[in-house]
Amino acid sequence: MASLSHKDLLSIEQLSVEEINLILDTAEALREVSDRPVKKVPALRGKTVINLFFEPSTRTRSSFELAEKRLSADILNFSASTSSVSKGETLLDTAHNLEAMAPDIIVIRHESAGASHLLGRECRSSVVNAGDGMHEHPTQALLDGLTVRTVKGRLEGLKIAIIGDIAHSRVARSDTLLFHKMGADVWICGPPTLIPWDFDKLGARITGHIEEAIEGSDVVMMLRIQHERQNEAFIPSTREYYNIYGLTRERMRLAKKDTIVMHPGPMNRGVEIDSDVADADYSVILNQVANGVATRMAVLYLLSGNAGLKVKRSSR
Amino acid sequence: MQLILRQGRIVDPSQKLNKVADLAVEDGRVSEIAPKIRKKGRKEIDVRGLLVFPGFIDMHVHLREPGREDSETIESGTNAAARGGFTAVACMPNTQPVNDSEAVTSFILERAREVSKIAVYPVGAISKGSQGKTLAEIGEMYRTGIVAISDDGRSVQDSQVMRRAMEYSRLFNLPVIDHCEDKDLAAGGVMNEGYYSTLLGMRGINPAAEEIHVLRDSILAMQTGAQLHIAHLSTRRSLEAVLRARKEDKVSISCEVTPHHLLLTDAQVCSYSTNMKMNPPLRTQENVDALVKAMAAGDIDAIATDHAPHNINDKMVEFDRAPFGIVGLETAVGLIYDRFVKTGILTLERFVQLFSSNPARILKLERGTLAPGAWADITVVDPELSWRVDSTQFLSKSRNTPFDGWKLQGGPAMTIVKGKAVWSI
Repeated sequence: MASLSHKDLLSIEQLSVEEINLILDTAEALREVSDRPVKKVPALRGKTVINLFFEPSTRTRSSFELAEKRLSADILNFSASTSSVSKGETLLDTAHNLEAMAPDIIVIRHESAGASHLLGRECRSSVVNAGDGMHEHPTQALLDGLTVRTVKGRLEGLKIAIIGDIAHSRVARSDTLLFHKMGADVWICGPPTLIPWDFDKLGARITGHIEEAIEGSDVVMMLRIQHERQNEAFIPSTREYYNIYGLTRERMRLAKKDTIVMHPGPMNRGVEIDSDVADADYSVILNQVANGVATRMAVLYLLSGNAGLKVKRSSR
Repeated sequence: MQLILRQGRIVDPSQKLNKVADLAVEDGRVSEIAPKIRKKGRKEIDVRGLLVFPGFIDMHVHLREPGREDSETIESGTNAAARGGFTAVACMPNTQPVNDSEAVTSFILERAREVSKIAVYPVGAISKGSQGKTLAEIGEMYRTGIVAISDDGRSVQDSQVMRRAMEYSRLFNLPVIDHCEDKDLAAGGVMNEGYYSTLLGMRGINPAAEEIHVLRDSILAMQTGAQLHIAHLSTRRSLEAVLRARKEDKVSISCEVTPHHLLLTDAQVCSYSTNMKMNPPLRTQENVDALVKAMAAGDIDAIATDHAPHNINDKMVEFDRAPFGIVGLETAVGLIYDRFVKTGILTLERFVQLFSSNPARILKLERGTLAPGAWADITVVDPELSWRVDSTQFLSKSRNTPFDGWKLQGGPAMTIVKGKAVWSI
């Protein structure tokens, strides 16, 4: 039986290349479930999944919820604003209370780096990190990996440019770690004020010039400026930012002919990306969303240790 | 004779002493050291095989009283100190209320007289409420018994205020202790800025935040002639700044380091343990290596724990929400002995200087020596003692140590204050 050797999925850092391939292969196999007339498999029947969201999220939360429903899990949704967290309860107490309800898997999003690790250490349930502060967002990186692999047939050897607010992006960290592990040539690009120290040691090349990042690239991934995580000015203005880092049609000409454009969302049209780029043929932004459900199904399925689903080895 | 310690190895650099001998105490003071004392003591202790040092002084602790007695009290903190081999501590002023007045200083001293078995030396605030705006009543606190001034963690940002504090301190010959941190540069940071903060997605504290203030302070101390002491120095550049000021500019400047900055690196934050969170933060291996080298060379004056007890509820939270600080009183001596003395990096003489004679010199205490006539404050260390750090056994009210479970060889065996054993194993 194929399964992950970990109790929790907390980061890309913890995964081996084999495990990443296993998740992507499983996601590929599960993708067709969403095309069925009855979009449901019994893989997680009788299992309980708690979605614990301490930060607002629409995309990731709905994606997890759909994945859980399509696997027939029982779901409990828990958001910080409607819970005792607003009454001063600590994360650990919240977790222990939920744990007492005997869930099998807890999906957590939290604004503190390491919050999912804290939960994983304290809980018997499997914990899935759905984004912890500026640290990691492993399922996003996995779905990005799946999206690129599906379109390009491989990850190895591709030039992948990740452009924008790197410092405040957990997606940038997880994506860099994943693409680097899978043998891609990862380029990180953004204003020097938004590139953290030693980011190259995560396995990326760094440039401040968008032209250099895009030139000859197979994949262009845009990130938004995370104003909500910035308590100081990292850039002079969004106008200047657009002039220097906005993804325009002209700049896209530097990329390979068959390049694709990605964005983990939410997009700020006219700031980091022009509408005619976001909506162009080479944009796979909506494929990412579709792949998100399959990837999360795969992760939940593999963590639940459930047997029965055949995993087709990838055709790479 | 009140007390005779028989046949211990007495190490006291102030008398250039490192030999096996008897030590006699009368009226709370050392009366005689000789190979063999014939007289009988009312109390005699066989300390064969043990090391006998001038009492250790931790010049940087937080006793939390008044204000946060849930984390530590003067009683529990000094008990922890005695158990850790310390005969004296200097306590920082960031209590609630801040020790910025004669009233708070005398409360601390009064309380210490009631409950403490060891000496307690209060450090007064530099500014009122440690707000960094106007000078606290330093003269009145001095009259009451403070041994230094510092705003510690709420360090003075306004350089003009710092200059005035240094000028004013000279009147009383009081050392100015600074927790060096440019708060704007460090703002929001929770760990050292570098590879690991990037990997973990944590806000970093740029090491320059410390280094800039070390440089600022050393220049101001040169101008004002103040006696400057750098608290918990943690980077190589800070160290270089101190040495340059001392050697080239003849500034009266000293510095302390903590055991954790000598033994742990920022890589340890990967555990997300909030016991790896302190300020200054754990630095890179390169910085640790530089500190160890400087300590061995005698360029570092003192080891201080920055004992910062925090109630477990405050630490059992997400890393970025946890308060800075760890306890250190009950682990420092064992850690430094095991990792640096036993390994040959530190001589016994340096060990004594770091823990006793230098802190006494910096704070101008009549301590740090076992010369006949001196107070019989004595730390006895068992070099063969095998033990394991177990935070559940701490006498401190708090358990926030990153060293839990560490196996150590060598540790405090007895703590004697004015000739009275206040703790023994």
